[in-house]
Amino acid sequence: MRRPQPRSRGPDAMVVEVGHYALVLALALSLVLTFIPAWGAHTRDSALMGVARPAAFAMLGFAALAFLALTIAYVDSDFSVLNVVQNSHSSKPLAYKISGVWSNHEGSMLLWVTILALFAGLVAWRGAHMPQRLLAYVLSVQGAIAAAFFLFILLTSNPFARVMPAPFEGEGLNPILQDPGLAIHPPLLYLGYVGFSVAFSFAVGALLEGRIDAVWARFVRPWTLLAWAFLTLGIAMGSYWAYYELGWGGWWFWDPVENASLMPWLAGTALIHSIVVMEKRDALKVWTILLSILAFSLSLIGTFLVRSGVLTSVHSFASDPTRGVFILGILIFFIGGGLTLFAWRAPVLRQGGLFAPISREGALVLNNLFLSAACAAVFIGTLYPLGLEALTGGKISVGAPFFEATFLPLTVPLLLLVPVGQSLAWKRGDLLGVAQRLAAAFALALAGAIVVFAVTRRGPVAAPLGIGLGLWLILGSASEIFNRSHRAGASLAVVLRRAAGLPRSAWGTALAHAGLGVTVIGIAATAWGVERLATMKAGESLDLGPYQVTLEAVVPRNGPDYRETAALLAIRDGDRLVGRVEPGKRTFTGRSMPTSEAGLLTVGLGQVYASVAEIEAGGSVGVRLYWKPWVLFIWLGAVVMAAGGVLSLSDRRARVGAPVRRAAPAAVPAE
Amino acid sequence: MTRKQRRLTLIGSALAVLAVAAGLILYNLTKTITFFKTPTELAEEGFKPGMRLRIGGLVKEGTLQRGPNQTVHFEVTDTNRSVPVTYQGLLPDLFREGQGVVADGALQPSGEFKADSVLAKHDEKYMPKEVAEALKQQGMWQHTGDKAKEAAPNAAPAAAKPGA
Repeated sequence: MRRPQPRSRGPDAMVVEVGHYALVLALALSLVLTFIPAWGAHTRDSALMGVARPAAFAMLGFAALAFLALTIAYVDSDFSVLNVVQNSHSSKPLAYKISGVWSNHEGSMLLWVTILALFAGLVAWRGAHMPQRLLAYVLSVQGAIAAAFFLFILLTSNPFARVMPAPFEGEGLNPILQDPGLAIHPPLLYLGYVGFSVAFSFAVGALLEGRIDAVWARFVRPWTLLAWAFLTLGIAMGSYWAYYELGWGGWWFWDPVENASLMPWLAGTALIHSIVVMEKRDALKVWTILLSILAFSLSLIGTFLVRSGVLTSVHSFASDPTRGVFILGILIFFIGGGLTLFAWRAPVLRQGGLFAPISREGALVLNNLFLSAACAAVFIGTLYPLGLEALTGGKISVGAPFFEATFLPLTVPLLLLVPVGQSLAWKRGDLLGVAQRLAAAFALALAGAIVVFAVTRRGPVAAPLGIGLGLWLILGSASEIFNRSHRAGASLAVVLRRAAGLPRSAWGTALAHAGLGVTVIGIAATAWGVERLATMKAGESLDLGPYQVTLEAVVPRNGPDYRETAALLAIRDGDRLVGRVEPGKRTFTGRSMPTSEAGLLTVGLGQVYASVAEIEAGGSVGVRLYWKPWVLFIWLGAVVMAAGGVLSLSDRRARVGAPVRRAAPAAVPAE
Repeated sequence: MTRKQRRLTLIGSALAVLAVAAGLILYNLTKTITFFKTPTELAEEGFKPGMRLRIGGLVKEGTLQRGPNQTVHFEVTDTNRSVPVTYQGLLPDLFREGQGVVADGALQPSGEFKADSVLAKHDEKYMPKEVAEALKQQGMWQHTGDKAKEAAPNAAPAAAKPGA
């Protein structure tokens, strides 16, 4: 497959045609999947409904083939393909040739739709035991979404477009995208975004079928958890990438594109909680359906914001307005259609029962209220400037101060309530009992905050408070596991055995909430961060928090496809050398403008962060230095949260899948 | 609790949370939004010092001065009027004289604009949307030459925002 010369013609040139043709076939199959099973479900024709699963598998096969063909074109540096010319270069390392596939608009849309087809295929695979009518509707909706995006790609963003004559060399990949973090960020994020399409399809399927119950919740829950776990990882990855690659030292900027991924995450977080209420208590049905529609709608809005180029933001690489209008059409069709169907059919659904306010389900309602309010705040802050500009032409910007002042008051009370809600019993909770069970956790968290405050007396007050809150979340989770395993007089061995025997969903919940606590601690610790701006000459030193930083030299050096001027900095703690960082300015082949490369040194869970501002004449450099204690907790917490989600996903009740109650109806042969 | 009381508790708490959220959003919107102004608008409309604004235009050729501790002075122009800007901190990689910038900050009593963040074109192909539009409004689009023409179909920008 690989030869030393980049080339544009040869036997493999067929690969691109095969890929393009596969994409057209995938579109045809998605149309089959949209109409035939839905018609079958409507007329209760079992044969037509039976088309759903094979059509979903075939659609996945052809979408994957198209994606594979584009990947081969990138790996082979086939510069007869316009997309490869614009985004690759034959001297790129293999890993970035592959990640180059989704670093651009066309390729990332192909990845988006391939993942959508993947979820349709997975639902079809796991759906052998599902009621046939529901499965047919669900796969039809997946097919319809896929059809819209296949059309979008083929009509406005064809990654297989050729260029004639083929240039000898590509233009190279935007250097800030050449990074392991960004290589895996889009696939993770899309697995999350697009994963919510399954909940959407199930919601629309339930509305079309006019029937919804706890069993429905049991089918949807694993897909939603899976999407949520990927989205959590994707957001964390994106945040870490922005932190070290953009050279600004911050980890969250309330940039519209970041908000675009935060909104579905907030709605999805609400959804995984409301689904539990539905599964356990057969309540909150209509609300859960609405949330399922909203979570995916927000994913579509996120795709629109990023892909249409309507934003002034670091991520807006796509910029063709015709594409924007097309995606807006898709957006209006699916969100409008979903909500209209909801308004029309939701009254048909049998309402669930009411319940006591002081109970697990009551606490989960509160969770949903706070999360929805926080999501609405982010939504308004993100879209208000766009709406105002569209309506009046006035240009405003809504920045971090708005989001901090609005988002924090809506999330901090929620965080305080998490351990309480987690310990409340279903149906009728006992607040006094909960208070007794949580007293130890609360006392420990408070003690922790006081100790931290005492040690850092001159520091900001927010940090010890935030750390106390984080400890409260972690200890609250630990105490929940302990209380469920411990009985008076039980030996340690018995407690451990009982703890191991708890359902995995209980462990998953505890782990995810503890992960949230870890992230909160990391965020709180940013208040202790130290920032220094300085112009340094070789040999000069300055203090940075507990360390001394010395500029040893400024040297030029070359990488595989860039030239760099690097500042070599030594970090010392007294006489002890802690480590070195080498931030620099890079100029990549084929690009005239330099990019900054930050230097990072991890010390425990904190990091020294250095970036070069300006290389000045006479060997001095302007540098920006940060000491960020415990900063890794922010992303580590997200990984723990996602692990909690996956653990919960592996719970027995999700794995068994086939519920007894509904598998029996005579009209539903299990294919 | 009766059924009715339960229902009322639920609805009441929902309304309370939503009311608080709506209040927070409205209050913070009026307090924290910043308006985008061109140097001409800044001069003609007259703004009180201290009000948060976002300005945009081109960095005027020959005005960039570097002071100690990474303090920089430059003028932002829409080719009609220009406004002096001071900024301390890391400038974006693509900050250059003659290139488009957007700066957030506030006017000082001296008439100088003190910026706390500066955004520039982050890629040689792109230009901040506000700058492109402000230049078009001024009829100065052609004036900026080949680079601007190249940027015209790609008005989507990428920003660099030092400090947060």
